[in-house]
Amino acid sequence: MLQLKNVLKTAFKSIFKNRMRSLLTSLGIIIGVSAVIVMVSIGEGSQKQIEEGIQSLGTNLIVVFPGASRSGGVSRGAGSFNRFTFEDVEKIDREAALISAVSPVVRTGGQIIGGGKNWFTTVFGVSPAYFEIRNWELQDGEFFSERDLRAKKKVALLGKTITDELFAEQDPIGEKIRIRSVPFTVIGVLKSKGQSGMGNDQDDVILAPATTVFYRLKGGRHVDMINASALSVERIDAAQEEMRAILREAHRLSPGDDDDFTISNQAEISDAASETSRIMTLLLGSIAGVSLVVGGIGIMNIMLVSVTERTREIGIRLSVGARSIDVLIQFLTEAVILSLSGGVLGILLSFIISIILNRFTELVAVVNPQIIIVSTLFSAAVGIFFGFYPARKASLLNPIDALRYE
Amino acid sequence: MENKSVIDVRQLIKVYQVGDVAVHALRGINLTVSAGEFLAIMGASGSGKSTLMNLLGCLDQPTSGEYFLDGVAVDALSKNEYADIRNQKIGFVFQGFNLLPRTTALENVELPLMYDRLHRIKNPRQSAIESLERVGLGDRMDHIPNQLSGGQQQRVAIARALVNEPAILLADEPTGNLDSRTSLEVISVFQELNSQGITIILVTHEHDLANYARRIVELRDGIVLKDKLVPTRKNARKDLEVYKQEENQ
Repeated sequence: MLQLKNVLKTAFKSIFKNRMRSLLTSLGIIIGVSAVIVMVSIGEGSQKQIEEGIQSLGTNLIVVFPGASRSGGVSRGAGSFNRFTFEDVEKIDREAALISAVSPVVRTGGQIIGGGKNWFTTVFGVSPAYFEIRNWELQDGEFFSERDLRAKKKVALLGKTITDELFAEQDPIGEKIRIRSVPFTVIGVLKSKGQSGMGNDQDDVILAPATTVFYRLKGGRHVDMINASALSVERIDAAQEEMRAILREAHRLSPGDDDDFTISNQAEISDAASETSRIMTLLLGSIAGVSLVVGGIGIMNIMLVSVTERTREIGIRLSVGARSIDVLIQFLTEAVILSLSGGVLGILLSFIISIILNRFTELVAVVNPQIIIVSTLFSAAVGIFFGFYPARKASLLNPIDALRYE
Repeated sequence: MENKSVIDVRQLIKVYQVGDVAVHALRGINLTVSAGEFLAIMGASGSGKSTLMNLLGCLDQPTSGEYFLDGVAVDALSKNEYADIRNQKIGFVFQGFNLLPRTTALENVELPLMYDRLHRIKNPRQSAIESLERVGLGDRMDHIPNQLSGGQQQRVAIARALVNEPAILLADEPTGNLDSRTSLEVISVFQELNSQGITIILVTHEHDLANYARRIVELRDGIVLKDKLVPTRKNARKDLEVYKQEENQ
């Protein structure tokens, strides 16, 4: 084996001899590598944002939706037993050991009039436990109590968006609003939660006692949804199973029947969202990867030029006893140095771009060490892959022909 | 009988295929060169002398025939073994010097030792320095070829050819690119080396230069036409002195 030192020395000499050319060749790799890193980082950044958004939905959240009732494979269709009642919620509250809080959700919507303006929004009728389940915090005022719930009091808490729309210039606390003509007193303003992981505005909402919404606004038909909190993240699956059992009992389902509701937890919701964003990341990364391949072709091109230019040098080396493999290694080393240095510069560039993105745009780029290692290895691999053909071409030269080459 | 012969060539034939035409460059060369000889190979262009040189230098393989170099049959070796033979047993000096540009004289001389797989030369740097001193360039080691005259460049090339302690030194028209005075300088280096026991084969088409060797082999159309000893051998160093005096007048 010939000395590595000499090979590297020769390689650097040749690269520095054509500074501009080497730089431009590396530029292809620099752009490719930084594009891959930045794209993947943006993907990971948005994934993180989505996960944080889902976290803001509530801790250890378990959600139960109604579903069509089935018996022995025969769907009985909507209305069979597919809505929840307050009794279901109370039963869960009484019997579930792994649930820390449970709340019915009665959902309606309508035109809201208040502060001399109006706005269309969603109204959630909930119990006080809901604030804890969904991580709602107060900006101002207070939450309603169990007593308010039992008394079907016409009180409401406003989300940030509605507060801004209706009460931009005045304190909404104590003000009257009309939800579909029914007057409510505003007792609190909720702290902003921003957009959810799915992209909808979580602050465009009014929270009111479930009973009030149920009897005054919806005419006492049904509870749309049940939200609950498991005692801990670790026991979320067990809590979910417990709730399923309680609800099956409440709905008098026999063992062969399918659930007449759909139960899912936050982990599942966040998994689905993460999966989507993971695919996005992969897609962005692959597109950027194409530019890396183009950069590799640039290296191949310039190495072919270099082999032609240095045919005589190759001839001299062969004539003093270099083997084909020595020449091959020499040119491969140069290709790898070009691509690897491009890779390192590309990583630096990607850091700069990420910092700029994070500071001046709404995009969040999270550079993780893994992608740096992968892209370094990948750029070296590009050098070997695209350097091999020119290097092999050089190594197969016949010494006499190479020496005669002008 | 081959005990003392460095080169023993029997019925060496080389045919080049140029398109549809077969060019018979060598038609059966028989040649023996003993250790310590200084042989000049002569011939007009097209006589096959360069082809013979390439074959002797293991840069090319013969179409048929036998070639023993330093007692080893080298006519049927692999490409890698050829490379090793070139590295271990042969020192080649070219007409066009063939030095690496932008590389110092010392690094140029070290080049063959980069491929010395057997580590035959224990101290490469020291050997390269000694080799340069041997051709009188001990003070030019850090110069790159551009900073050296033609004669100096050719002496660097000779130092490079000597650094691996080869069995034979092959020089293909080494003075072809040099003026007559510098040619004499280079030839005197060869004579000096030969007097130290190094076997040398010199290819030239100048009768003048051939007379500095001990033996002349003349080729024509790919066969040996004449093989004779030089009757009155010339001394390059003396002639150089004469030349210098003439210049001064």
